[in-house]
Amino acid sequence: MDRKTLIWTIVFLLAGAYLVLRSMTGGMARTYMKAVDFEFVNVAADGDEPEWIQAKPQVAADHDPNELANYPDENRQSWTRYESAPLKKYAKAVKEDPNQTTYLLSISRTIGVWLSAMFTLAIFSFLYKDSIFYKIAEAVVVGVSAAYWMVVAFWSTIVPNLIGKLSPAIVQAWAMPGLKEEQNLLYIVPLVLGAMLLWQLAPKGGWISRWPLAFFIGVFCGIRLTGYMHGDFLYQIGNSIIPLVVMVNGSFDFWGSLRAVLLVGGLLVCLVYFFFSFEHKGIVGKTAKVGIWVLMITFGAGFGYTVMGRIALLAIRLEFLFDDWLWLMDPTDKRLGM
Amino acid sequence: MNVAWAWTILVVVVGASLVVLVTRREQTYRALKDLDRRWIFLLMLLAVAIPILGELTFPEKPTGLAKAVFDEIEKLEPGDKVLMAWDYDPASEGELGPMATAFTYHCCKKGLKMYYMTIFSPVGPQMIEDAIEHVIKADFPHLEYGVDYVNLGYKSGYEGVIKVIVSNIRELYTTDHYGKSVQDIPMMRDVRNIQQMDLIINVSAGYAGLKEWVLFAATPYPDLTLVAGVTGVMAPQQYPYIPEQLRGLLGAIKGAAEYEKLVLDKYGDEDPDPKYLKGKQRMGPQLIAHMLIIVLIIVANFVYFAGKRRERA
Repeated sequence: MDRKTLIWTIVFLLAGAYLVLRSMTGGMARTYMKAVDFEFVNVAADGDEPEWIQAKPQVAADHDPNELANYPDENRQSWTRYESAPLKKYAKAVKEDPNQTTYLLSISRTIGVWLSAMFTLAIFSFLYKDSIFYKIAEAVVVGVSAAYWMVVAFWSTIVPNLIGKLSPAIVQAWAMPGLKEEQNLLYIVPLVLGAMLLWQLAPKGGWISRWPLAFFIGVFCGIRLTGYMHGDFLYQIGNSIIPLVVMVNGSFDFWGSLRAVLLVGGLLVCLVYFFFSFEHKGIVGKTAKVGIWVLMITFGAGFGYTVMGRIALLAIRLEFLFDDWLWLMDPTDKRLGM
Repeated sequence: MNVAWAWTILVVVVGASLVVLVTRREQTYRALKDLDRRWIFLLMLLAVAIPILGELTFPEKPTGLAKAVFDEIEKLEPGDKVLMAWDYDPASEGELGPMATAFTYHCCKKGLKMYYMTIFSPVGPQMIEDAIEHVIKADFPHLEYGVDYVNLGYKSGYEGVIKVIVSNIRELYTTDHYGKSVQDIPMMRDVRNIQQMDLIINVSAGYAGLKEWVLFAATPYPDLTLVAGVTGVMAPQQYPYIPEQLRGLLGAIKGAAEYEKLVLDKYGDEDPDPKYLKGKQRMGPQLIAHMLIIVLIIVANFVYFAGKRRERA
């Protein structure tokens, strides 16, 4: 073992021992939850449409809790929802009643915090060098994201907006009892186009998928062309035609005028830089050079903003590691004895 | 610690660096020329981690664009409709979460009707849930779902969604995020399209987001008022739309911190909940990290020009 490897091995062992000690003593990463009971009571008479009234966690307005308590069990629907709770509230509840079941330690969420921390460190490990930890984390992110996108798109778009329009009764009975739509057979068109698009997965007839693809490209080109022509091209020309001498309440506004001159001047010199019909010599060359400076200042401003964004992203990951995982800080006052 | 102290530290660090550079020029040049980039990563880690652990904050002075956003919301009356387009995901939560929280808090304090939706990512609804759980349910429990706020969830289709809902929202939004029919949601009954909204607030991390809201909602329908908060990468590209197509803009975490100050100065308690100060908290690491970058740029230029001089010699 060379010196470098030995140093890193000692660093990792010390860090591991620290984490084991902290987690064994309950001093980090634990997540707590509160069990909230929900109960709804059907107050409709037999044979009528059900009318569900909330009885827990609070009784719905205009209803008497004693009256709702008189209904039999078969008129009740109840379930428990687990919400995140701070350690502070858990500790207080246990102190008052050691056998209470409202506030609980959440094993699954605690494992989630550990996994999240490990994946964060695995991604950070790339800054040292490419490693197996980084590769695993990257693969998990890609796989989970792809699956999540598919599932959400299915339930938020295909079920309510396609199947729900073609056959509302099936969707009501199977997935969304709250859906109140009327059948619209026009949606057969997107169904057929979607099926044709998937045809490229078939061993033969791949050309069939090109027709819906051509349709989508055409539609999006049309939508984007009109949007960009209107909002980006025409509107921006309009926004650039402004008075160079700005008057406010009848008096000269120096800073407003300077801003207008810089805006119009900057626009013109940048346009000259991108004008290649003349050789960039003489006055055109000098103006184009000023254009380069204006562009460089713009890129610098963009770089500054980008740096700010990236630092904010690093800050939130470190906040997570220090606060939720290691419990080294408590900015939102969630825990005791910090 | 205030800004004057931070600048003093910067001047001292830069001054000390220059003294080292001038007095031990050759040794410094050789050390910096072959410097392992991982030392820079380590310095950046410390520059961000130490202010976080020390909970370092600095005072904020709101600029014109943040004031413009604040004023547009202030103009609204209780009961006015606001479309809250939360077009971001966990990857940009660090930058955009604080302004999303501040927007929700401001709208709750004003008594506005909030219509949440997202077209950016399938995880957008979780960002909406965060705002609802941490702000509305925690601090405004009297507000009722379906009456004061609604979560319409995610729809795929990018700008296509905007093109449809500017004329007919029912065409795409048949249910809310939880599968409840929009016909059974009181605050949705009289909403036919988003032209009826008194304001659109967009928190955007990319495509589809602010640019699409500008091009397909605010530009063709000039009566629609749009304000937004965006990531740092996006901010410079949105400036040309101000003020005609976009009334106000919060750029990255700095914009969020300025807007937080405006909201808390008017509506906050003496000791506001720390969740409403996240933007301000995250500006501490920003300042120290930016100082480090300034120093690194100076040092990198020294190495570059010193190398050029040696090549000529």
